[in-house]
Amino acid sequence: MPKTMFEKIWEAHEVRENLLYIDLHLVHEVTSPQAFEGLRMTGRKLRRPDKTVATADHNVPTDGTPTAAMIKDALSRKQVETLEKNAADFGVPVYSLGSETQGIVHVIGPELGLTQPGMTIVCGDSHTSTHGAFGALAFGIGTSEVEHVMATQTLLQNLPRTMRINYSGTLAEGVTSKDLILATIGKLGTSGMTGYVVEYAGEAIEALTMEQRMTVCNMTIEGGGKAGMIAPDETTFEYMRGKAGVPENFDDAVERWRQLPTDEGATFDTEVEIDASRISPMVTWGTTPGMVIQVTDTVPDPEQMDSPADREAAIRALQYMGLDAGTPMEEIRPERVFIGSCTNSRISDLREAAGAIKGRKVADSVRAMVVPGSALVKAQAEDEGLDRIFSEAGFEWRGAGCSMCLGMNPDTLFDGERCASTSNRNFEGRQGKGGRTHLVSPTMATAAAIEGHFVDIRNWS
Amino acid sequence: MEAINVIEGEIAVLDRSDVDTDQIIPKQFLKRVERTGYGEFLFYDWVRDGEIVLEPHPILVSGRNFGSGSSREHAVWALHQFGFKAVIAPSFSDIFYSNSTKNGFLPVELSEDVCQALVEAGEAKIDLENQMVSWAGGEASFEIEAEIKRRLIGGLDDIALTLMDEEEIEAFESGPGGTYGPVTTSL
Ligand code: SF4
Repeated sequence: MPKTMFEKIWEAHEVRENLLYIDLHLVHEVTSPQAFEGLRMTGRKLRRPDKTVATADHNVPTDGTPTAAMIKDALSRKQVETLEKNAADFGVPVYSLGSETQGIVHVIGPELGLTQPGMTIVCGDSHTSTHGAFGALAFGIGTSEVEHVMATQTLLQNLPRTMRINYSGTLAEGVTSKDLILATIGKLGTSGMTGYVVEYAGEAIEALTMEQRMTVCNMTIEGGGKAGMIAPDETTFEYMRGKAGVPENFDDAVERWRQLPTDEGATFDTEVEIDASRISPMVTWGTTPGMVIQVTDTVPDPEQMDSPADREAAIRALQYMGLDAGTPMEEIRPERVFIGSCTNSRISDLREAAGAIKGRKVADSVRAMVVPGSALVKAQAEDEGLDRIFSEAGFEWRGAGCSMCLGMNPDTLFDGERCASTSNRNFEGRQGKGGRTHLVSPTMATAAAIEGHFVDIRNWS
Repeated sequence: MEAINVIEGEIAVLDRSDVDTDQIIPKQFLKRVERTGYGEFLFYDWVRDGEIVLEPHPILVSGRNFGSGSSREHAVWALHQFGFKAVIAPSFSDIFYSNSTKNGFLPVELSEDVCQALVEAGEAKIDLENQMVSWAGGEASFEIEAEIKRRLIGGLDDIALTLMDEEEIEAFESGPGGTYGPVTTSL
């Protein structure tokens, strides 16, 4: 019987019905301390340290602080130090502050070659869906589940439903994979994928680079999806070749991975068709990622919305965002620009952003920062001279971490500040209390930084 | 985990959809390394700004897509430690739902109409065994997966249950299933 890629991976990992074996457990400092504590209290061991890896990312200052002990914020310091101690006590490799391979957990997994096709990957972090770009089954879990994986290397799971989104056509010039996923969430809504493992497929997806595919899978959770996946292909294998953690017999592994893609005739619970050629550069206007429109549109009018729940949510969102219905998106003026996060902080994101600058300067009204996703990305960018391009244009060039994606570290918005951000969540207060977030692609963020307002990147020279 | 079966009493109402975990427990409270002490920071920003007032009744009713966003289990701890024992909404995010059931905190999915009736009634009784919610003037049944229900009613510890089958895990690991993926300790 023809099978979906998801079914193949699921079946290969069933210890028994509803108990899934986990090949890789990624750990970070925020969602793990209570799980380690649970192991200690019950006297349990961490079953497979060799399938576990930890990094510090959420709390990390991006000002070059070299060690955990030097983090100024006492609570952040304690959390990172606790991670280091827990990792040492339980034998887990840890990339903390000062490590050459420290970085955002969803950036370092792929770049170290730990993320591979056909694997099951979990992490106490909802953006674990990112790793599905390699044809892995990867999803976020809560802290109780983190403890369960630590103790048993397995996870209790009910069979999720499956969805395939087929993108026909190709993306237009200036339109990125960030716009593709934002447009998808805009169409399906923030709970449109709830309960589903989603496979992204079609011509437009096949044409994407690995890093662009990661951006798509990353935001699956913003559509409510459990996991996002893309079939591995030559693009995947070429990206992985030579990375530290990949199998020694790489070519043999590639032969196995070629068996993973969904078979012809396999069925999904739901299929969705989207014409990729019609997608435009997107900007969010509200406080959920589903509140998104084309940059050429105007801020929507709540009164025009059919459902009372949508209307109320939109009224609240506009009030919070300080926007009036009918305002052209291109007239909105962010005071801050953030290029970073596990959605868009990889080397190609930074290359695209830097490439769009072309000798211009950040507008006087804007404070802009660029935060590489990992220490390796930072080093690579500096090798290529991207840091100088950014600095000369007036962008701040920072150290690796989650940074202003969630404002759990010193990088935050002030009350009422408006930000063009390449991250994934525009929730109230996400980037700092009272902060107003507009989600965009890296090139759209760069253009907004230079012009001082949003612009349609397609007409921007 | 505390066993639960019947939850009964007054209803607190949070009349919003897409209530995300960033709101339930803002990130500045995620820096703690303990499992307790989150209740007082529940909906910190909204409460501090006087946007909402919540009483620690046994049951919370809210809008669709409750608990969306981050996987932080702190959100469930905060709701539970504040005093809620169950939350009723038209839909939940997957991770929030799962986190709730690992903590003896009951998520109940019921239609918008039923939620509205509950808000008007102000009091309700949730009978997990029989999967029924009743209030003055009505009742409705809800779905819950049988295994999750069994664990909630028994207050059972997932890890202890799984470790009873440790031999199965060992057998799996020594077969082809144990060969996928990198060896993190040898990087
Ligand atoms: S960059 Fe943002 S979304 Fe990604 S892991 Fe860090 S905090 Fe979470």
